[in-house]
Amino acid sequence: MNEASYLAEGGTLRQWLTTTDHKKIGILYLFSVTFFFLVGGAAAALVRTELLFPDAYLVTSEGYNRLFTLHGIIMVWFFLIPSIPNTIGNFVIPLMIGAPDLAFPRLNLASWYIFLGGGCFTLWAVISGGIDTGWTFYTPFSTRFSESRVLLALIGIVFAGFSSVLTGLNFIVTTHRLRAPGMTWSRLPLFVWSHYATSVILVLATPVLTLGLVLVGIERVSGIGIFDPKLGGDPLLFEHIFWFYSHPAVYIMVLPAMGVVSEIITCFARRRIFGYTFVALSSLAIAGIGFLVWGHHMFVSGQSLYAGLAFSLLSYLVAIPSAIKVFNWSLTLYKGEIYLSGPMLYVLSFIGLFTIGGLTGLFLAALAVDVHVHDTYFVVAHFHYIMVGGTVTAYFGALHFWWPKITGRLYPDRFAKWAALAIFVGFNMTFFPQFLMGYQGHPRRYHLYPPEFQTLHVVSTLGAAVLAIGYFLPMSYLLWSFFRGPRSGPNPWGASGLEWKTTSPPPTHNFHEQPRVTWEAYTYDR
Amino acid sequence: MIGDKKRTESAETYRRRRWTAHLGLWVFLGSEAMLFGSLALGFIGLRMLYPEPFAVASAHLKTALGTLNTAILLTSSLTMALAVHAARGTRRVGAPLFLFGTAALGVLFLTIKGYEYYQEYHDHLVPWWSARDPALSPPVQLFFVCYFFLTGAHALHLLLGIIIVLMVCSIDTFSALRIPTVTVECVGLYWHFVDIVWIFLFPLLYLYGGPSQ
Ligand SMILES: [Cu+2]
Repeated sequence: MNEASYLAEGGTLRQWLTTTDHKKIGILYLFSVTFFFLVGGAAAALVRTELLFPDAYLVTSEGYNRLFTLHGIIMVWFFLIPSIPNTIGNFVIPLMIGAPDLAFPRLNLASWYIFLGGGCFTLWAVISGGIDTGWTFYTPFSTRFSESRVLLALIGIVFAGFSSVLTGLNFIVTTHRLRAPGMTWSRLPLFVWSHYATSVILVLATPVLTLGLVLVGIERVSGIGIFDPKLGGDPLLFEHIFWFYSHPAVYIMVLPAMGVVSEIITCFARRRIFGYTFVALSSLAIAGIGFLVWGHHMFVSGQSLYAGLAFSLLSYLVAIPSAIKVFNWSLTLYKGEIYLSGPMLYVLSFIGLFTIGGLTGLFLAALAVDVHVHDTYFVVAHFHYIMVGGTVTAYFGALHFWWPKITGRLYPDRFAKWAALAIFVGFNMTFFPQFLMGYQGHPRRYHLYPPEFQTLHVVSTLGAAVLAIGYFLPMSYLLWSFFRGPRSGPNPWGASGLEWKTTSPPPTHNFHEQPRVTWEAYTYDR
Repeated sequence: MIGDKKRTESAETYRRRRWTAHLGLWVFLGSEAMLFGSLALGFIGLRMLYPEPFAVASAHLKTALGTLNTAILLTSSLTMALAVHAARGTRRVGAPLFLFGTAALGVLFLTIKGYEYYQEYHDHLVPWWSARDPALSPPVQLFFVCYFFLTGAHALHLLLGIIIVLMVCSIDTFSALRIPTVTVECVGLYWHFVDIVWIFLFPLLYLYGGPSQ
């Protein structure tokens, strides 16, 4: 580690907890989201273990409801949404655009504390009895019937939402205002473009969720029917509000992952990205159209047929920019000098899994097919292919790719490849059977199931065990690498981004002298 | 942000910093607009569900007081605009004065709003209060939930605005630090936003039911 690095400076706990350095805050986030990943993962492991047998043998039905709710809430709001943006994005965006920090460094730290505050409320809700509404908080169950810690969880999620808004705001202003001389919009790394699009969603969609959850809280406390039909409210209104946020939230999770793919695939195919402008603008298109498709969650909720038709059509439309990305990545590989490193394997597996997740999304966007597979394991498998197969795989890829920059250390690439393989195999084993079960009509969220589904459930659970090994592997060798790994030079991959032009790990103010950009993005010599 | 940095930094850095602060605030207001926008949209949706009960409920509101409050808030926007204008000029003495006036008008608004709430409490219109008027049907109660939530969220934002305005003008008056123009501009932007929210809330809530009895 060189003397001027940010890790060498200000190493006491107090200095870490009061830092405004975006790199250190990124690492604070890394620790927090890893913790929540383990909590949410433990809940998932219990759910999968329970489902080994058709009858209850580990937990009661009440306990089962609390487990999958815990898994959903923690994974969505405390792992997936902050995962790539708040750890990797926080760390590399200023480096990528040649800035000394984010536009509002103190706000960045405040955002972390608010996130932690929200996490504490949610954990308190879990420890003091759990929540049994599912992560969707559908009314009137969540307002009138549920006898669990709904209110505490609502508060925790609202806090996490505030933190999201502040992070999004910071990224938007940073991208506009702090680009180094010569770093024009057309030279911006695609990772920054996708985070820009993500931030727009964070800023504009999150307040709507806040509103919905606060109204649920009010109805629960006061007993006045806002959403409860028995008291004169409108339960569809809650679903509209909730999905207006929660569909775009999928893009909050997957857009940053797409940015990661563009960075890594160009580096290890040694080619400029195919169709830079299309890839950049498709991020904005996804963010924009993504705001108009929420009704596809409500095809069977009694909304009008015409609304259903419009939402179905718009959902098909949003597949176009996603497909543009997949095709452009594939064409980037074409005639590239492909080097199958660890990070590259994660990215290739992202492309495959994301494609399956996306295509099955089209099944669900079709009005008639959705009636058949709605609320079944088919839906569960679909969104896990996007969120876990897509986002989590890309998150691990990003962690491997920028690890030498973050820590200044290398890790054994062979282990990285084995882990990527384990994750790919384990993931497909876990979730592909769920497509089959769902198609045969197995409803989601059921504790008990008919014995004929047991084989598929057992395969799924065994897959989850392989997946868990795949996730623990990187955690162990990356930890080893942090203390014992060989030193890395500034640019171990020969990548073209500005973040690789400074030392590894970077100095506190990122660059020894103000960078000036005179080259286009992804200038890999061909 | 607050302090006498202005003197030490170059005009160029100050210009850049000002742009950054403005952009940050605009993005924040975009987020706030989504909050109030979706609230208002939800309210309109419920109103379409129950047009008559909502008209009946709306007629219970004190339209005269609401109108007075609208005028007060609009005037506070004027004083805020004058404060920003003064802060941008060379003779800045006017700025703290206008800021103080703005805060005073804000307090007046909240006082009248509080009196209105008291009246509604007195008329047994508060839906979650056990002694509420039993004649109120669930849709009418729903209107009042929306009314208290919308105006309450607005009042909370206004209260925050008043606190910030008072902080800014008292620092400017009682300490050696000068408030940078950019701070006054940002506070002004926020204040105008809170005003605009009320401009939407007033007709939405008060004027739907026709003249009050
Ligand atoms: Cu959706």
